Amino acid sequence: MTKQLLKGNEAFAEAAIRAGVEGFFGYPITPSTEFLEYMSRRMPELGRAFVQAESEVAAINMVYGAACTGKRVMTASSSPGISLMSEGISYIAGTEVPVVIVNVMRGGPGLGNIAPSQGDYFQMTKGGGHGDYFPIVLAPASVQEAIDYITLAFDLAEKYRSIVHIVVDGNIGQMMEPAELPPMRKIPKEAPEWAVTGAKGREPNILTSIYIDPVDEEVVNIRLLKRWLEIEKNEVRYKEYALDDAEIAVIGFGTAGRVASSAVRAAREEGIKVGLFRPISLSPFPKKQIEEISKRVRRILVVEMNSGMMLEDVKRVVQGRVPVEFYGRMGGVTPFPDEILDEIRRVDSNTADVADLEREQWLDRLEARIAGGK
Amino acid sequence: METSIIISGFGGQGTLFAGQVLAYAALHAEKHVTWIPSYGPEMRGGTARCTVIVSDEEIGSPLTRNPYAVVALNLPSLDKYEPLVQSGGILIANSSLINREMERTDVRGFYIPAAKIAEEIGNPRLSNMVMIGALLAVDPVIPLEVVKQSLNEHIPERHRKTLTMNFEAMERGAVFVQETLLTKKSA
Repeated sequence: MTKQLLKGNEAFAEAAIRAGVEGFFGYPITPSTEFLEYMSRRMPELGRAFVQAESEVAAINMVYGAACTGKRVMTASSSPGISLMSEGISYIAGTEVPVVIVNVMRGGPGLGNIAPSQGDYFQMTKGGGHGDYFPIVLAPASVQEAIDYITLAFDLAEKYRSIVHIVVDGNIGQMMEPAELPPMRKIPKEAPEWAVTGAKGREPNILTSIYIDPVDEEVVNIRLLKRWLEIEKNEVRYKEYALDDAEIAVIGFGTAGRVASSAVRAAREEGIKVGLFRPISLSPFPKKQIEEISKRVRRILVVEMNSGMMLEDVKRVVQGRVPVEFYGRMGGVTPFPDEILDEIRRVDSNTADVADLEREQWLDRLEARIAGGK
Repeated sequence: METSIIISGFGGQGTLFAGQVLAYAALHAEKHVTWIPSYGPEMRGGTARCTVIVSDEEIGSPLTRNPYAVVALNLPSLDKYEPLVQSGGILIANSSLINREMERTDVRGFYIPAAKIAEEIGNPRLSNMVMIGALLAVDPVIPLEVVKQSLNEHIPERHRKTLTMNFEAMERGAVFVQETLLTKKSA
């Protein structure tokens, strides 16, 4: 296979098709619309199911029903659309059927805007739907990673009978980059044993998220938790740049991580010993790796396109071993590398205690920067 | 080496396509490349711009505050990006639509009557390609020949009949820059 120039949303969609997705149900919303648009053309071409539903609520329930047949199914949307899907997402988690959901995140809260954001970090990693479950969340940072991780997402969803969320921001959905698509996979003929397929010659399978007796529900909760603990053990994924001799560690995911990589490279050229840690699985969170890093660096800088959400997960792991500082842009603003470079320089020479005031300190700097026209 | 280029104009002037032409050529030349549009609720007549980054190494940020080169197809684009071009960088203005002089003296500035040249070729929609030809004459980030080869490979079939026109537009843009440089030298 050779590299092609591919747009994020379309590469995502084609990769899902090649991973064997047999049903796509969605509702258009910027900046994820090209995903659905591409599916609307390609899925019928291949004799697979495509439905543009009347709303996100309908779409996620179609995904839910179709997933119960044991086929690979998915949807893609953007922040407000994902909120509308929340109830269905929880039902899917409770029914233990594999589903892949792509969220091309945009500025919020509320209707917000259509610009790139990472403001759904909490919503995605801490559940999304109600109830007692843990979702897998993957955050690719390039078109190639979008392709690679949507393929993996289907495998993980099936292996653990779990929801897999893929989160990117509008930048990755809209961007074109050279990337390589995998070959088309064969669709398995046999449905998994738990699937509802007509029950000819066997006892019926029952798929539900209703367990009226709390004792029964707790059995399900225990099963979900055991599965999650397995996931935590096996499915942590991340990338590291220049961390070997680093005294400062920058931590950022998705676009923020990739913008930070430009800043890290520039700072290295200035002689600053800085490296980058980019979590790819936001859930399970790379706890051990970040704990390890916090034992060998002087200071940590978390960079996000939100008000400091992953920051809280990082701090929980670092446990005050070293100061953790923060820099973020919100509302759909993507930081430029020069902003993060300024921050790396500042953090490198800062010896003061942060004393849990990293957000307050960052806000002061951010407001000064905005007042200065940047 | 990382080269960042912003192509900016009105929607309908082909700014996004012009950027894609560069991006395909960069892929053809086995470089790392990113192409990212400004996307918004804009329609024809609104602003449309894209950022193209070409590099020998893996690309971090697909966006830049201070581009190396700016192709401004209209006045609002020149107003916005003239202050932001890197010192020593390139600023190419479509003088068919821009009636003011550049203020920066530390950049390589060129005025290209792109619409006029495009009309001479017979298709006013070729302004974007005239500007691309001009840019590559100032700095062959990707050699014009490679751009032509890649355009030949990637142009949608329904537009294939315009291929030679596109080539001519790029060549005319390049020639205009070369003539401007000669005039500057002899002046």
